[in-house]
Amino acid sequence: MPTSESSPDALRLIRRGRVVTCHGVAPDRTLLQLLREDLHCTAVKEGCASGDCGACTVTVAERTPEGALRYRAVNSCIRLAHSVDGQAVWTAEDIAAADGTLHPAQRALVECHGSQCGFCTPGFVMSLFTLHRQRGGDAVTRDEALHALSGNLCRCTGYRPILDAAQTMHHWPEPFLDEADLLQKMELLAQSAQAPAADLAKNFYLQPNTLAELLALRAALPAALLAAGTTDVGLWITKQLQQRPQIIDVTRVAELRQLQRTASALVIGAAVTLNDAFAALAAERPALAPFFDRFAGLPVRESGTLGGNVANGSPIGDSMPLLIALGATLRLASTRGERTLPIEDFYLAYRKTALAPDEVLVAITVPHPAPGEWLRVDKVSKRFEDDISAVCLAVALQVQDGRIASARIGAGGVAAVPARATKTEAVFAGQPCAEATFEQAAQSLMAEFQPLSDMRASADYRRTLLGNLLRRAWQDAAEPGAPALAELEPQS
Amino acid sequence: MNDRLIPPAAEARTSPSASASACGTSIPHESARAQVQGLAPYVDDLPEPRGTLHAAPVMSPVAHGRLNGVDASAALAMPGVRAVVLAADIPGDPVLASFSHDEPVLAQGTVQFAGQVVALVVADSVMAARHAARAVKLDITPLPALLTIEDAMAANSFVLPPVTVARGDAAAALAAAPHRLKGHFAVGGQEHFYLEGQIALAVPQEQGQWRVVSSTQHPGEVQHWVAHALGIANHAVVVECRRMGGGFGGKETQAGHLAVWAALAAHKVGAPVKLRLDRDDDFMITGKRHPFAYDYEVGFDDSGRIQGLTIDMMANCGWSADLSGPVADRAVFHVDNAYFLQDVVIRSHRCRTHTQSHTAYRGFGGPQGVIAIETLLGDIARALGKDALAVRTANLYGPRGATERNVTPYQMQVEDNILHELLPKLELLAHYQRRLEGVLAWNRQHKHIKRGLAITPVKFGISFTATLFNQAGALVHVYTDGSVQVNHGGTEMGQGLNTKVAQVVADELGVPLARVLVTASATDKVPNASATAASSGTDLNGKAAQAAARTVRGQLADFVAALDGCAPEAVRFADGQITSPQAVRDFTAVVQQAYAARIQLWSDGFYRTPKIHYDKVTLTGRPFFYFAYGAACSEVAIDTRTGEYRVLGVDILHDVGRSINPAIDIGQIEGGFVQGMGWLTTEELVWTDKGLLATKAPSTYKIPTAADVPARLNVHLWPEENREDTVFRSKAVGEPPFMLAISVWEALREAIAAARADRGLAGAAAAAVQMDAPATAERVLWAVNAP
Repeated sequence: MPTSESSPDALRLIRRGRVVTCHGVAPDRTLLQLLREDLHCTAVKEGCASGDCGACTVTVAERTPEGALRYRAVNSCIRLAHSVDGQAVWTAEDIAAADGTLHPAQRALVECHGSQCGFCTPGFVMSLFTLHRQRGGDAVTRDEALHALSGNLCRCTGYRPILDAAQTMHHWPEPFLDEADLLQKMELLAQSAQAPAADLAKNFYLQPNTLAELLALRAALPAALLAAGTTDVGLWITKQLQQRPQIIDVTRVAELRQLQRTASALVIGAAVTLNDAFAALAAERPALAPFFDRFAGLPVRESGTLGGNVANGSPIGDSMPLLIALGATLRLASTRGERTLPIEDFYLAYRKTALAPDEVLVAITVPHPAPGEWLRVDKVSKRFEDDISAVCLAVALQVQDGRIASARIGAGGVAAVPARATKTEAVFAGQPCAEATFEQAAQSLMAEFQPLSDMRASADYRRTLLGNLLRRAWQDAAEPGAPALAELEPQS
Repeated sequence: MNDRLIPPAAEARTSPSASASACGTSIPHESARAQVQGLAPYVDDLPEPRGTLHAAPVMSPVAHGRLNGVDASAALAMPGVRAVVLAADIPGDPVLASFSHDEPVLAQGTVQFAGQVVALVVADSVMAARHAARAVKLDITPLPALLTIEDAMAANSFVLPPVTVARGDAAAALAAAPHRLKGHFAVGGQEHFYLEGQIALAVPQEQGQWRVVSSTQHPGEVQHWVAHALGIANHAVVVECRRMGGGFGGKETQAGHLAVWAALAAHKVGAPVKLRLDRDDDFMITGKRHPFAYDYEVGFDDSGRIQGLTIDMMANCGWSADLSGPVADRAVFHVDNAYFLQDVVIRSHRCRTHTQSHTAYRGFGGPQGVIAIETLLGDIARALGKDALAVRTANLYGPRGATERNVTPYQMQVEDNILHELLPKLELLAHYQRRLEGVLAWNRQHKHIKRGLAITPVKFGISFTATLFNQAGALVHVYTDGSVQVNHGGTEMGQGLNTKVAQVVADELGVPLARVLVTASATDKVPNASATAASSGTDLNGKAAQAAARTVRGQLADFVAALDGCAPEAVRFADGQITSPQAVRDFTAVVQQAYAARIQLWSDGFYRTPKIHYDKVTLTGRPFFYFAYGAACSEVAIDTRTGEYRVLGVDILHDVGRSINPAIDIGQIEGGFVQGMGWLTTEELVWTDKGLLATKAPSTYKIPTAADVPARLNVHLWPEENREDTVFRSKAVGEPPFMLAISVWEALREAIAAARADRGLAGAAAAAVQMDAPATAERVLWAVNAP
C-alpha cells in the first residue's frame, strides 16, 4: 500500500460482503491498480489500459435512491479507484460460493469451453455475472448476450462458446448473495462519510453531493480536473501518463444525476451515464436504439456520461452529431450564474470549448420529437461494434405536407469539432421531400466539409460517405422495408 | 445456439468416469476452472521476489536515423528511478542470438524503425519507469527511410536473398494458354493482439545463475538468448512458462527480446526486474504478420484449369531477418494450396524496410501463399463466367491413389488428398448450390445490397520446414500415491496442449485423467525443446509424453508379469487397474509394490518426426509429414453505398484426423477462422508517411468482436483418422483453420463483382475485382466503384 504524501481520504468499498478500507490511495490511481497492486487481486487483468478490451471488467453495485442495488460492469483499468467509494465491487475471484461451487457464469464458461488462454476470461465472467444479476437469473437471448459482451474482446475462441455460455448459465443455481446486507452496509458507509480532510492546496479526490457544493469547489479550484465516468480521462492517466492529483468527481451531484421529462424536452443531467441517457432518448425515438448500441462497449456506456462526452469535445465523439441535429442546448453554471448555449456553439476549435474555468456543464436539454420529424443517424466505422466513427452523420428534417420546412444536420469525423452543416441545411429548407432534393443536399454536404485522412479513413472516403449516407437515407425512406445489412439472414 | 453443444445436464461428458478413455472426449481445458475464477496466474500475477524492480523501454520515435547520443540525466533524477540500461551495459554479445544474428539487443549507432528499443529505464514501480522512459532524450539525425515493399524493391533492400521454386516451363505454358490474367495485389499484416501483453521477469540467482519467468512459446530460445547476451553458458539460465495469455506466433521470437531486456536490466541493478509492456508499446515494438504484395501472370484453359503461373511474392520483413526466411519459404510452399501447378515459377523476395521486424503468426506465411492462389482462382472463374467452386475443383491435386497431378512444385507427393470427397460433402452440408441460386436471385432483385457466397479449401503442410525442429522430449513421473506428473517441452498458450497431453498419458497408463497433472514448461526439465509453433505442439509433445508413459508402463508390466508368471504383453492398463491373466490390481497398489521392489517409476520420452527431409539448396523434398485439409463456405452481404458488410453465415468441414478432444479442436477451428476473418476484414495496420504505426492500440486496431461472428457458424469434423502414425491418429489443428477465412474474402469479392456487374460493367471489367486486403469498408467501396 503506498503511503505517500499524496494521501487523500480513506477509500471504503465492499468486497465479498466485507467493508475494505484503503488508506493513502492517490486520487489518480485506477481501480485496476487498487485491486491488483494494493489488494493483490490478480483476477483483474490489464489487457490494454484503455477500456477497449474488457479483460479488466469488474462489477460495481451502488444503492439507488429507491433502495435497490444497481449492478454495472465497468472497465477497472480506466475507472478511478475513489469513484467506487461506498460501493460494492466484485471480481472473478469473488463470486464462487465459499465451498467452491462456481457461479453460473463461471460454470457455463467451463462447460461450454469458453476459456482457452484464459486471460480475457475473468472479464467475460464479470460481464456475464453482471448480466445474470441484472436479469435476476433469467435466460438471455443471443442478442442480449452480444449486447452485454460488446466491451469484451477474446482472441482465442471466436466467441461462439462464450455466447453459448451466456445462453445456458441460467440452468445452474446461483450462490446466495446477501443484497439486504450489502444495502445496509452501503447505508452505513453513506452515513459515516466524512467531510474531506484533504489539504485542498495539494491532493484531493472530492465527491460533492449538490450542485451548490460543486460550483463552490469549481470556483475555488479551477485547476482541478473535473471527472465523471473517466472513460476518456482514464486514458490521460494510463496512456499520456498525466499526473492528476486534484480531482473533483461530479458523479454524485444529485442535480447532475437527474433525468427529467418536461413539457417540451428531455433534460439529461450531465452525470447521467451514457447508457441511461441513451435509454431515455431511445424511449422517445426508438429508431435510435441500434445507433446507441454501437457507441463504445457496454462497460464504457455504463461508466461514461453524456455530459462527459459533450464537454470533452472530441471531434469524433458520437453523441454530438445527433445532439446537434436534435437541436440540443447545454446548461452551463457557475457561482456567477447560469447560461444556455446551443450545443454547436459550445465547440470553438479542436478540443476547445466555451466552458469557462469556473463553469460546469449541468444538463443537456433535448427537445421532444415534433410532429413531422424525420430523423436519420448513421455511423460508419471499420468495425460495427465498439469503434470510433470514420463519419457520423445525423439528419433531422421537419417535413410538412411533403415539404421540408427545416433541417438540422450534425456531422462527426469531418472537421476539427463536431459540426453543424448549415449550408446543406439551407439546401434542404423549403424543398420538396424528394430524391432530387436529397441529391442536391448530398452534393452540398460533400462540398461543405474538408475532412482529413487518418488511420480510420481517407478524406476521399469520408467525403464520399457524406454524400452516399444522405442518398441512402433517401433510398431507405423511399422504399420502406428495404433490406438493412444488420438484419440480413443467410440464404437458407 | 449450436446443437452440438453439450447440454447442461450431461455433466458426465465433462467429468468422465474412470471407465472412459480420456482421448476422444471433450474434456474442458485443464485450467478452465481456475481461469474463470481468476486463479490461473500469468507472469504478472505471480508474487514478486523481494526487491523486484520494474523496467520500461525507451523507443526510437524515428524510423531510420543516426543515433548520436542518449541523455538520461533527467530520467535518472526522477523519483524511484534506479538505472538506465544502454547497449554498452550488455556483458555478452550486443547482437541478439537470433538465426541471422542481425539485430542489436539495444540500438547502437543507428535506429532502424520507429519503436526500436534504445534503452531501458529501471525504477521502483512500473509507472515510475514509464514516466522516466519518456524523459530520456534521444539525439537522432533522421535518415531516409524505406517504409513499403515498393520502396524496398526499388532500393534492392532485402534481409535475405530471394528464393525461386520452379517446375516445367511457365513461360511456354503461359504463351500457349487460351486465357491469361496479369495483375498485382497486396495483403496487409496483422497484429497478434494476444490479450496478455509481452512480459518477462528476470531473477538473479546464486553464483551467476538466472531464473527467467517468461510468457514465451519458446523457453529454450529465451534461455539461449539470455545466456548469450549475458555472456554465460546456457546451463546457468532456467526459463519457465506455465501459461501464456495467447501467443499466435507473437511470443515465439518476440518474447525473447523482452526476456533479454529484463535480464540485462536485472544484471545492471543486481535485483529482479520485471518488464511488462504497455499495450501501445507492445504494438510499437513487436513484429507482426508479414504484409505481402504479389505480381502474377496466370494462364488457364476454358475450364479454368491453370496452365501456367509466374508469381513474385514480396514479403515486407521489416528491419531484420527474424523468422522471415522460413515464413517466406512457407508462403512459397503454400501458394499451390490445394491445386496442382505443372508449369510454374514462384519467386520470393524478402524485403527489408524500416518497420517492426515481422515475425511468426499463425499460419507462418501459409495464409499469404494460400490467399494468392485463391484470389487468382476467383478471378479466373469470374473471367470465364463459371462457378468458382467448379473451377477450384478442376484444379485440385489428384485424389487419393492418383498417380498424376499429385506432386507439389517442391517435389513432395500429395498422397492423401481428401478434398475430392470433402468439398462435395461441404457443398451438401452448406446447401451451396441452393444458396448460390438464392444469392444470384437476390442480387438480381436488390440494387444496393449485394450478396456473395464462396467455398475455399485449405491444404496445410504439417511439420517445421526446418527438419531439425521436429523433435520433442517429455518426462512422466509416477509418484507412490499413484498420481502422475507430466512435463514436456511444449508451452500452453490456450490451445489446450496440456489437456491433450494429459489425456494421452492417462490412457497410456490406464488411469483417470484427474490423476495426471501437466506442469509448467521449464528448460531444466526438458532441454533444447523446439518452439511450440507450426501447429506441432500435440504431434511432437504428445508423442514424446506417450513414449515416456509407455516406458513407465513397460516397467510396471514387467514387474507384474514377473509376479504372475505371464508375458508382459498380457498385462493391461485400464480404469485405474492393472490386469494380468491372473489378477486384477489397483494401479496405486502396483506402484507401491514396484517402488518397494526398486522399480523405476518415471521416465523420459523422445520423439522425432519420421519420413521428412528437405534440401535447402534444391528446395525440394518432403518438408511435411502430412497435410491437414478443410474447407469453408461463407456468405456475406455488402452495402454498395458505403462498402459496409456483414458475414452472414459460415459452414466449415475440417480434418483434424481422429480428434483427441473435439471441443478443443472445434475451439481451434472457430478461433482460427475468426482470427483469419479479422486479418482479411477489419484489422488494418496503418503506418504514417514517417513510418510511425498509427494503429497502435485497440481503439484504432480492430479485431473481431462477438457481434462480427455470424449466428450461423457450423463446424463439422471430417470423420477419418490420420493415415500417418501420429498420436491417437490425430492431426494438427492450430494453424490450418486460419486459412478457412479466405472464403470470407472470396465471398466479398463475389459480392463486389455482382455490384460491378450492376454498373453495366461486363466481362473482364466486371470480373476483375481489384482490392487489397484487408477488405475494410473503404476498400470494398473503392472496389465496387473502380473503373
